[in-house]
Amino acid sequence: MFGKLTLDAIPFHEPIVMGALAGGGLVGLLVMALITKFGKWGYLWREWLTTVDHKKIGVMYIIVALVMLLRGFADALMMRTQLAMATDGAMGVFPPSHYDQIFTAHGVIMIIFMAMPFMTGLMNIVVPLQIGARDVAFPFLNSLSFYLLVAAAALVNISLGVGNFARTGWVAYPPLAGIAFSPDVGVDYYTWALQISGIGTTLTAVNFLVTVIKMRAPGMKLMQMPIFTWTCTWANVLIVASFPILTGALAMLSLDRYLDFHFFTAEAGGNAMMYLNLFWAWGHPEVYILVLPAFGIFSEVVSTFTGKRLFGHTSMIIASGVISILGFMVWLHHFFTMGSGANVNAFFGIMTMVISVPTGVKLFNWLFTIYRGRLRFEPPILWTLGFMVTFSIGGMTGVLMAVPGADFVLHNSLFLIAHFHNTIIGGAVFGYLAGFGFWFPKVFGFKLEPKLGKAAFWFWQIGFLFAFMPLYVLGFLGMTRRLNHTDNPAWNIWLYVALFGALLIACGIACQLLQLAVSVIQRKKLADTTGDPWNGHTLEWSTSSPPPSYNFAVIPQVHDIDAFTDMKEKGVAYAAPAHYAPIHMPRNTAAGIWIGGFSLILGFALIWHIWWLAIVGLIGIVGSMLARAYEKDRDFYVQPDEIESTERAARLQRESTVATPA
Amino acid sequence: MNSYVEHAHGAHDEQHDHHDSDKQTLLGFWLYLMTDCILFATAFAAYAVLYRNIATGPAGHEIFELPYVAIETAALLLSSITYGFAMIAGYRGNKSAVLGWLAVTFVCGAVFIGMEVNEFHHLIAEGHGPQVSAFLSAFFGLVGLHGLHVTAGLIWMAVMMIEVARRGLGSVTMLRLNCLSLFWHFLDIVWICVFTVVYLKGAM
Repeated sequence: MFGKLTLDAIPFHEPIVMGALAGGGLVGLLVMALITKFGKWGYLWREWLTTVDHKKIGVMYIIVALVMLLRGFADALMMRTQLAMATDGAMGVFPPSHYDQIFTAHGVIMIIFMAMPFMTGLMNIVVPLQIGARDVAFPFLNSLSFYLLVAAAALVNISLGVGNFARTGWVAYPPLAGIAFSPDVGVDYYTWALQISGIGTTLTAVNFLVTVIKMRAPGMKLMQMPIFTWTCTWANVLIVASFPILTGALAMLSLDRYLDFHFFTAEAGGNAMMYLNLFWAWGHPEVYILVLPAFGIFSEVVSTFTGKRLFGHTSMIIASGVISILGFMVWLHHFFTMGSGANVNAFFGIMTMVISVPTGVKLFNWLFTIYRGRLRFEPPILWTLGFMVTFSIGGMTGVLMAVPGADFVLHNSLFLIAHFHNTIIGGAVFGYLAGFGFWFPKVFGFKLEPKLGKAAFWFWQIGFLFAFMPLYVLGFLGMTRRLNHTDNPAWNIWLYVALFGALLIACGIACQLLQLAVSVIQRKKLADTTGDPWNGHTLEWSTSSPPPSYNFAVIPQVHDIDAFTDMKEKGVAYAAPAHYAPIHMPRNTAAGIWIGGFSLILGFALIWHIWWLAIVGLIGIVGSMLARAYEKDRDFYVQPDEIESTERAARLQRESTVATPA
Repeated sequence: MNSYVEHAHGAHDEQHDHHDSDKQTLLGFWLYLMTDCILFATAFAAYAVLYRNIATGPAGHEIFELPYVAIETAALLLSSITYGFAMIAGYRGNKSAVLGWLAVTFVCGAVFIGMEVNEFHHLIAEGHGPQVSAFLSAFFGLVGLHGLHVTAGLIWMAVMMIEVARRGLGSVTMLRLNCLSLFWHFLDIVWICVFTVVYLKGAM
């Protein structure tokens, strides 16, 4: 009846897990109690959960990302604590069977459920506004993508309380991830969570590619698109070209596990190294999917806070494209030790080093933008400067490991761990946090409190150095990744320093949570009444903060790269037309929630081999899709008088604080 | 009033024109097909890596029956032409002809899937199932992936026949028929690659 699922699947005997579940459950109950107390369920359902508005979907993506950041960071703290305690032969707090799940969950959560939704959320909010569009090309599909991500994230978190998560590391290499060595449900949680979120990501990429190709404001040529939109576009190209490879590889792994196929097994001719090749043919482009949009954010931030046009706009676009293409030609550097021979390794080593050229171009573009500009030290610019130093170090250690000979020494050592955290935290995460502060006033109508923002940055930056520089040393001292306990006294001091660094980062995260609370309380004082709090360059700043549901009462005409700066210089920003035309908008729908919910059921049923429930889930998905396809009343028109009054209110608010440009 | 606002008006009216949103949907569907193409490429790559690894099982030339697969192939290729006739009838607004050609297409597709299921059943019954060797795993994986796609296409086609019968040939229905058309022809092209790489190369 319930497949492999029995009551034994719930880890009653593990106090740490049960404590975490109880804590999470209590927070969930508290949130629900508060929503009930203030009678907000209807509001939440109508205005947020069923929305097809790209801005609100973006906000929900970022909420998921922040929650998962806390979960993934808790995993990180547990790992650092364990390694600082389990020295000199001591066993520490976590037995290997639990510890292995922690590092696997940390990697999966941080990449798939923190970084990806954070990037997707910012892209959702900003890209349609930057190109002067009223929404994305397929608003319902956008909502569906979000709920597929939610279903996948739910699966990963359910694994905490029902059964267990994978113990394989976030890459799930066979034969370890095969049924012979991982007979429990951990790897199945991993594969189905990644499959479901992967479909959502692919749909998002298709959606945004069509959006930027077909829905740019009139006059905006492709090469005039704002740089953040461009870097997101390159990331989307990478997504549509690489995510299907992951889908295929994981499907083969599942066939091996469920139906006794021999794609990657060690017997009957299976080839485990093929999994590594397929995984990294997705995995390497994936890191550029994460970091390219962050590069775009830094570009927007640097050019805004220096008050200058970005140096080398065209070269930035081309450099991003070159990085995207080269990103597909380097995957083998993740396993130089596979033994492909000197020539193959040399090719991939050289291609890897070549990537530092377009990346260097970008770095110099940012430096030349700052050169002779008037830099305003708001928190987003601090993240950018911190990135430029930190990411450069990460890039250089990357080039070092691109030398196959050196890699044979450093492969799977903590040097590697330090390197990729150096690029992903110092590159992608710093970028998203810069973007978070930069676009926050656009979304909510008030700025984030800057003092706590600066404190958060310094805690993160210094904490990062303390947490990860010791790992370079440990790598050279011979410590490999995924160790549960150690007995080399020479390593101890560095493990303690790394824990101290992680605690500093925890202070940074605490500052950010406090900053959110303080900013909400002081929202009147921090209010942005103009819609243009930073003197921005691009179209998202030309509409009010928060923007109306239709974004632009009149679609702007674009004449230059920095379209809004151009309008302000020519004195035509905020020009109101004589009359407004009705605006065609999509209606909210709950279909995405249904499909996401049935996907969750399907995933759960497949993990536990509950076949009848899997059929229910599948029929539910198809049925919801059909119901959506034949749903009537899918759109409506915003009438001119409503637009008129919304725009008048925004204008009055703006003119009460600043004089309109002549 | 200046050019910034004037232009914008015309542009906005145009943007929500049906013709325009149809183009968006078709472009989006093309992009989806390209992602699917990469999924197939992954399966082909796996097949290319594994097809020599026959372990204790049979090699391709021992199990493939080219005449049988040729009939299967003919059924699928024929269904592409008949789908094309359905689209031509659709543009002419001839509802009953659309339904007729879709029915012919459906039958051809069902013949293809029926023959494939029979082939799989036959192989497994003879003891040549996917559990025997990496070659057979890759074979069942690749051909099965295509078969699943065709099955999904058949279900979609059945839904479209009901839609056409009930709603006629409105712009939304024609757009959906167009997308299914792209999907169907795409699967045909993939099958030509499967036929060449798996069956022809394997039988030789």
